[in-house]
Amino acid sequence: MSDFFTLSVLAATAASGIRLATPYLLASLGETVGQRSGVLNLGVDGVMLLGAFFSYWVVLETGNLWLAVLVGVIVGLVMGLLYGFITVVLNATQGISGIGIYIFGLGLSDLLFRRQVGTPKPVRRLPDVDIPLLSDIPHLGPALFQRNLLTYLAFLLVPATVLLLGRTTFGLNIRSVGENPGAADSLGVSVERTRFVAILIANSMAGLAGAALVLQLGIFQPNLTQGMGFIAVALVYFGAWRPIGVMGGALLYGLVNATVLQWKALGIIPVSGSDLAAMAPALLTILALVILARRVSAPAALTRPFTRH
Amino acid sequence: MLKSLVGTLVPLLAAVVALAFGATMLLALGASPVEGFSAMFDGAFGSGSRIAATAVKATPLILVGAGITIAFRTNVINIGGESQIIAGALLSTVVALNLPNLPAILLVPTVLMAGVVGGGIAGAIPGALKAYASVNEILSTIMLNLVMVQFMNYLLRGPLIDPYEMEAGTRIPQTERLSDNAMLPNLIDGTRLHLGVPVAIVAAVGAYLLLWRTPTGFRLRAVGHSADAARAAGMNVERNITLALALSGSLAGIAGAILVFGSEGQRMVTDGSAAGFTGSAGFNGIVAALFGGLHPLWTVPSAMLFGALLTGATQLQRVLQVPAALAVALNGIVVIFVVSSTPARAWIQKSLTDAGLFNRRSDSRTKGPGSSREGAGDLPDLPDSTEGSGDV
Repeated sequence: MSDFFTLSVLAATAASGIRLATPYLLASLGETVGQRSGVLNLGVDGVMLLGAFFSYWVVLETGNLWLAVLVGVIVGLVMGLLYGFITVVLNATQGISGIGIYIFGLGLSDLLFRRQVGTPKPVRRLPDVDIPLLSDIPHLGPALFQRNLLTYLAFLLVPATVLLLGRTTFGLNIRSVGENPGAADSLGVSVERTRFVAILIANSMAGLAGAALVLQLGIFQPNLTQGMGFIAVALVYFGAWRPIGVMGGALLYGLVNATVLQWKALGIIPVSGSDLAAMAPALLTILALVILARRVSAPAALTRPFTRH
Repeated sequence: MLKSLVGTLVPLLAAVVALAFGATMLLALGASPVEGFSAMFDGAFGSGSRIAATAVKATPLILVGAGITIAFRTNVINIGGESQIIAGALLSTVVALNLPNLPAILLVPTVLMAGVVGGGIAGAIPGALKAYASVNEILSTIMLNLVMVQFMNYLLRGPLIDPYEMEAGTRIPQTERLSDNAMLPNLIDGTRLHLGVPVAIVAAVGAYLLLWRTPTGFRLRAVGHSADAARAAGMNVERNITLALALSGSLAGIAGAILVFGSEGQRMVTDGSAAGFTGSAGFNGIVAALFGGLHPLWTVPSAMLFGALLTGATQLQRVLQVPAALAVALNGIVVIFVVSSTPARAWIQKSLTDAGLFNRRSDSRTKGPGSSREGAGDLPDLPDSTEGSGDV
């Protein structure tokens, strides 16, 4: 245990925790916007898998990382069009529709990977970019300011989402259609259009999260996410629908995972014990849900389709 | 005339679009759709032993699907099939490891009951959390899936690992070979048809009788229809919600026991993922239940269909080298279409009305959204767990 509590190991753990938190944060921030508009998307994991596969494939074929990121976002956008059509235009039940999207994404990404790539081949990863001066701070600098651009982007999107939801007309529209779509409609806000755009934002962020995941790992395999998208949805509840809270949840998840990995590497916990430790984040989430359930309230119209009477 | 045509057309369209998507994927992957579909049909039904394999594949889907039906009819969403299957499998495995010498006539029912109990507990936890702590069951069941898969990995790599694997140092995460007395007896020689298949069908019939022929089932459906009305009528809503998820989980738990004791390897083994053990039956059971119109009896043929899709896909991979994951993608398409077909019908009717093709007076527009769903067949409005409950 004393091996763990040295500055350099702690700094390395923090660094890897921040890296691991990136895909969660991107997906959760998008999902926050979606849920604030009253739309639950349980298909995040499937969209992440598709985003991850396509951006992996693009890097494999072209070697162009930024094209890969773009493709991840576009894949998310396309899935958003599908999900928006199902839930906003057709008013289908959101919970089960999302499970349909998840299963579809899981199957399609698996199918395309096996057919087009076959065996996992490593690809280029996102390079770390040093921020001048700040990255020179001992220990803290390398942990916080020698990260890849998508990690910086994810954390910059936190204040951006706060501003979007709290300080813009569109953000006000999102919140109003999520709380009281009838009232918003009577004031001339288009519930359908607002929710559709929120869904597009949520899904393109999920696609981006998939791209971030695969480009940080540098490898793809079927079911790469192993349920990360579902955790991203839970983190929105965990963070009580606030971007800052969601960031806290994502960081907690990333750091707990990084700590477990580090302990395993240092031999502090045995291999089988690491399986028990891996249960911790999901158990923590359940615990948080129990504690929060009666204290914070979800957007009042979450999961409710809107029909004008 | 046009209206009734649209009414029957949309669900049919859902099936056709799923097929068309399959054909498009086959074409895109450079395989002939005709060859593809005939390979799948041949793989699923081409011989007696293949039909048996399809039935065995359908067995967990029947059980999970029947359980999903109970939960959904109570307006509780159960996404935790995977965790409940694993819990049932683990508890029944522990029982079999501890009672290896019990005669088969006692041990087989005992391990199945252990499956019921294990799955029931894994279902009752999110049920009680929803009923008594207002925790959204979609999230808690999903989280329990993630917890149980790690717990399975822990047990199979640690306390339950085959001692031989430790000695040999190979450390494959699996139990020792389980007692012959615990294995589900084979029903037809030369096939893999085992006792689990009739057990699942009996369980589906039992779920039907429970829901529609007992006071308990009446209460569950009453709570599902309107929790407020059920409460006003003096029913204990919390207890019924917990019961619904416990029952749902216990059926999935039997599926877990059947996966272990109907397996060829005669042991429980993990590859580290949930799907590696369950074959994603916890999710595919939802597909089967939805396609069966949330009716336990219709879940049986529906599950056979999806079992056929799975065995057919294996054949597709063997003959045309098209990855079997195609079946998973098709399952997703089916869910999306089944879920949107009823609202799609309302939407098409509304669009046609707006275009002046229907008589406006008799149309849904004047009656509000609910009435346009009349005659939607057996499928009730799908549960929407946060509605009216303020769950988080």
